[in-house]
Amino acid sequence: MAKLRGRGVAAINYPTGMNLGGDPSQTVIVAQPDGRFIVNVASIEMGQGLRTVLAQIAAEAIGARLEDVEVRFGDTESAPHDTGTFASRTTHRMGNAVVAASQEIRRTLLDIASRMLEVRPEDLEIREGRVYVKGVPDRSVSVKEVVNQAQFNYNTPVVGKGHYVKPKSPVDPETGEADPHSTMAHGCTIVDVEVDTETGVVRVLNVYSVYEVGRAVNPRLVEGQVVGGIVMGMGAALTETVYPKYPLIEKQAASFRDYVLPSAGDVPKISYKLIESPTPTGPFGAKGVGEMVVNSIAPAIVNAVYDAIGVQITELPITPEKVLKALEQRRSGQA
Amino acid sequence: MEHEFSFVGKPVANVQLLGHVTGETEFVDDIVFPGMLWIKAVRSPVPRGRIKRIDTSKAERLPGVVKIVTARDVPNNYHVNMAVLGIGPPDEPVLPDKEVNYKGEAICLVVARDEEIAAKAARLVEVELEELPPVLDMEEALRPDAPVIKSWGVNAHIFGSGLDGATPKGGQGRPYFLVKRGGVEAAFARADYVVEGSYLVPPIEHAPIEPHICVVKPEPGGRLTIYTATQAPYFVRDNVAAILNIPPSRIRVVSPAVGGGFGGKVDPEFEMQVAVAAMAVGRPVKWRWTREEEFTVSTVRPAVKIEFKDALTKDGLIIGRRARLLHDSGAYTRTSPYGVIKAVFNLSGPYYIPNVYYQGYCVYTNKQPSSAMRGYGVFEVSYAVELQMERDARKIGLDSLEFRFRNAYRNGQVSASGKMIDDAYAIETMREAAALASYPLSAHLLRMSSSG
Repeated sequence: MAKLRGRGVAAINYPTGMNLGGDPSQTVIVAQPDGRFIVNVASIEMGQGLRTVLAQIAAEAIGARLEDVEVRFGDTESAPHDTGTFASRTTHRMGNAVVAASQEIRRTLLDIASRMLEVRPEDLEIREGRVYVKGVPDRSVSVKEVVNQAQFNYNTPVVGKGHYVKPKSPVDPETGEADPHSTMAHGCTIVDVEVDTETGVVRVLNVYSVYEVGRAVNPRLVEGQVVGGIVMGMGAALTETVYPKYPLIEKQAASFRDYVLPSAGDVPKISYKLIESPTPTGPFGAKGVGEMVVNSIAPAIVNAVYDAIGVQITELPITPEKVLKALEQRRSGQA
Repeated sequence: MEHEFSFVGKPVANVQLLGHVTGETEFVDDIVFPGMLWIKAVRSPVPRGRIKRIDTSKAERLPGVVKIVTARDVPNNYHVNMAVLGIGPPDEPVLPDKEVNYKGEAICLVVARDEEIAAKAARLVEVELEELPPVLDMEEALRPDAPVIKSWGVNAHIFGSGLDGATPKGGQGRPYFLVKRGGVEAAFARADYVVEGSYLVPPIEHAPIEPHICVVKPEPGGRLTIYTATQAPYFVRDNVAAILNIPPSRIRVVSPAVGGGFGGKVDPEFEMQVAVAAMAVGRPVKWRWTREEEFTVSTVRPAVKIEFKDALTKDGLIIGRRARLLHDSGAYTRTSPYGVIKAVFNLSGPYYIPNVYYQGYCVYTNKQPSSAMRGYGVFEVSYAVELQMERDARKIGLDSLEFRFRNAYRNGQVSASGKMIDDAYAIETMREAAALASYPLSAHLLRMSSSG
């Protein structure tokens, strides 16, 4: 009995946004008298960090301080229509809508500030919560004061509205000709595994991943997606299915006793790198990241096991039982 | 041109973190109302059966039971799911009136003072079912002698007739989605090698920390507020409006922090039932799925089987590919035709294959409905493509990455669906991964580029 090592590769691409488009996102940003900006979206915060990313985008596009931007989410009463938080679409689609809304806010701020400072709007710039006369650092006014004056003296609501949609592509029913996506993100994962020929257990030793993401608006949150994607991909590769006898419905998993997820002790050594290649279609060049990071993992693991044992197992998950059968197949010369 | 950004590109901490670790974040489970009632479902014990009789009398007599909700309480029981997707036909009832099509399908709902009473009452509801032969296997489902579980006479979705949310209405229609380009027969005729493979991804559960949970509160003036763990509040609003026959603007959907989704909370799969129950009793009603319901009833990643046949030259190029994809939709349509179309568009992976013929079937079986899960449509495709690439490389005798570099798509080429490629980065991404893993690459690969 031995421990066999192998290395596997998988290269992938993944479309950003709903397939074929036609998935609008809208937002309304409302400035408060205290100088804060409330970004209202019907998108959902589910751990991925949407509130943080959209706040970064809005603060950047307005010129506001990050702490003065608050994203409120998930309420159809306060936020206009959004298609939903899926299809790696929110940073891209809602991000674009937030940029558009922020630009309207910015135009209003510059207009009011130009009257307050008695200069033309094009001679002004907004940085970190202050409006400056370009080249004259001591002539400035805070964004908070501009917002306040707009409402109380200049009779102007400081509200920005933004909308983004990739128009729905037609599909030729005879050839499938269509324009399905805004942009493609890319990834490549290389995995090293160790296969125990006695138990059939596959251990993932190293994962090397590179993802091309357009722009990482928040590299820390992208890292969260990358690491989570690796662990979820390992589960798909090695242990997870609700129908172990698929397509039969016997032995259907009903609890975490029957359905084993990878845990902290299974996390391999991870090295990753992001490639930035801004897409003209996305906010500050961002592409969708949340989904593709899971897609490159399982095929790289299965290819690594193929490299280690010389048999390609084609049905997920590659449980110890399947690995032992494959080894037996190889010994008996059927592989 | 590179700009200096103030916030974009900065590793700002997730603003939700502090609330999560201190327990301050509000989830739907934290939302309670005075007089709130609870739901438990009476579920089908069989994968397929005709409903002969539902006797709720014993359950109704149990103290604390307020109402048993059945199909009769649903104003518009069948509707087109998710208006924005426009996918039909409306094959799934909110609550079944004639037959059940998967084990665990909710037949009726007990609304009671607390969860324990509701569960006890659910066991007292007598449902008489005439068992029917189920279809579980996708290949078997497509055979002409298989039991037919769909009203239109075939256990597959009809693409091309306007019900797939993509192609124009009034078309011919066929039981698969088709993408073809170039001339695949000619490519196979001049191939040096032909390599086949068949790959299967089974159903996988999203397994979020927080199971499905929803509370619906009737409001004055015929309005209602739905607090739910969803990824798509407007989907919920549109679907509930459709099944209650009320204007969507009378419905407010609130989704506070969601405890993980991974695609499993995209379909409004239970909010409609809670809304019907709340409207029927005129009180706030909550439904909290158990982990068992999460595994056995909630949507799963679809099982997808993909068969490839590649035409290769001895120079290591893929000149043609045939693919047949079977996508297990489970008992009902949900978003599956969307998933199939997305999958079929991506069957070339990040590679340039000039001649392709791809067929994708959305197959119905008597299993819990499948729907979106992280990487929807493409997770299974990436899996199959990358296993097939390995098979192809070995057949020709080329290194794994060398083979992928030779076939990687470049800017200016067209995709399987005829889209001009202008954002190719496969070569650069593979090269960086090789560097990271100290994977040796030949010098000519280091000089390649997606724009050359």
